[in-house]
Amino acid sequence: MTPDEVVGRLRSGMTLGIGGWGSRRKPMALVRALLRSEITDLTVISYGGPDVGLLAAAGRIRRLVAAFTTLDSIPLEPHFRAARERGAFAMTELDEAMFMWGLHAAANRLPFLPVRAGLGSDVMTVNPELRTVTSPYEDGETFVAVPALRMDAALVHLNRADRLGNGQYLGPDPYFDDLFCEAADTAYVSCEQLVDRFDADTAPQSLLVSRHSVTGVVETPNGAHFTSCAPDHARDEPFQKLYATTPWPAFAERFLSGKSEDDYQQAVRTWHEEQR
Amino acid sequence: MSVTRSEYCVVACAEAWRDDGEILAAAMAPVSSFGARLAKRSFAPDLLLTDGEAMLVGLDGEAEGWLPYRRHLTMVTGGKRHVMMGASQIDRYGNQNISCIGDWSRPARQLLGVRGAPVNTLNNPVSYWIPKHSPRVFVARVDMVSGVGYDRAADAGATRFHRIPRVVSDLGVFDFATPDRSMRLASLHPGVTVDQVRRATGFDLVIGDDVPYTREPSAEELRLIREVIDPRGLRDREVGVR
Repeated sequence: MTPDEVVGRLRSGMTLGIGGWGSRRKPMALVRALLRSEITDLTVISYGGPDVGLLAAAGRIRRLVAAFTTLDSIPLEPHFRAARERGAFAMTELDEAMFMWGLHAAANRLPFLPVRAGLGSDVMTVNPELRTVTSPYEDGETFVAVPALRMDAALVHLNRADRLGNGQYLGPDPYFDDLFCEAADTAYVSCEQLVDRFDADTAPQSLLVSRHSVTGVVETPNGAHFTSCAPDHARDEPFQKLYATTPWPAFAERFLSGKSEDDYQQAVRTWHEEQR
Repeated sequence: MSVTRSEYCVVACAEAWRDDGEILAAAMAPVSSFGARLAKRSFAPDLLLTDGEAMLVGLDGEAEGWLPYRRHLTMVTGGKRHVMMGASQIDRYGNQNISCIGDWSRPARQLLGVRGAPVNTLNNPVSYWIPKHSPRVFVARVDMVSGVGYDRAADAGATRFHRIPRVVSDLGVFDFATPDRSMRLASLHPGVTVDQVRRATGFDLVIGDDVPYTREPSAEELRLIREVIDPRGLRDREVGVR
């Protein structure tokens, strides 16, 4: 598939999970394809990074479900901040662990899972729909019943994948991409490199995503740009800084107004050549 | 050469992990990280450290274990961790905010979001490091409770594993060793006065009659800070002179 074919399967109003973490291994080529489409009114579930920033800047988010949004080396995501400060979308702000157990609940077809997180904090205040559950055992402890974060579609980016949808991560951290795929009705994997098959000396524990939870695969070299995708490519720090400091219309015009991912990658190469 | 303010801060942060044993010392900022490393190099050798990403590392930076985010969260809820977080705001009972300033529904300033502050504070000891002590940070009420303080934990019946051992700022060390668990001035960094702390705090601190000074670093600790842990002097960029 191509990134635009993936997005062709999505619809406005969907609940969309986006893998990776902060400014790390985000399926940015798929996010850019979303920006080229007319799809909007999305509920986005993400350990937020520039994926959230781009979609927020373009006005595509109706509700964000997140514990944070950051660019890592630049702590605060400017477009996410600006969108929140102008009240551009609704938000379900959860704790990181609540978020993870919400993914687990969805992947396991459970309505909720109990967590000892959230109680006493304003996560409970700003999400009045959250309920608690009491242990039926002797301890009688009260927990937050984190509802399942079920999604219509998940987008993740991995280092390698085969055509069937088996995906491999080669960096130090899997993040939660397997859970995103299992928590979604449909899931799309973009990868740095498509392989015919994983050979015999493949470390089995690197095969993070299994084809039973994947709907489509797309090869997008440098597809996590400008986030990191170790060991294939590091975060493009100069470009991320440009993204964070350039007014949105100018950035979008120069880098996101092309017809394809190739146009974007070419625009980035041209910019880097100008910096030399 | 006399001991600088930033060096007292490193020592005061290090003391947070004294007697913690074989747990993860997690820190978010330069001075608190230097404190964790000083503790491990001197009086708390069993501490675990991370490379800030997915690996557990020794003092030489060599990996000794794997700690991706999902396992890190188990370390939090399993309790084998003592984190020193930052705070955009903190109040007298230790409620902390890193989410936003102003009304949450449409904030005047959006910050990070609650991150892991709720799960941290209910599951493992959480201390705080605040490099610039001011009434804008030490506030009567935080705008959004991200890290849970003593009063809110008690109201929610969530005190089982809740503990805030200390708050370290550039002016002193603070704890909650009071009958109602409100913040107390535990020690002043040498050169700081009680009045200075009072003026920089937006609520009434509990202040005893005879506040001690933060302890002096040993000669060996000073050598470790200056020559081994922070030879480039990053600590002085985080802690300004005032």
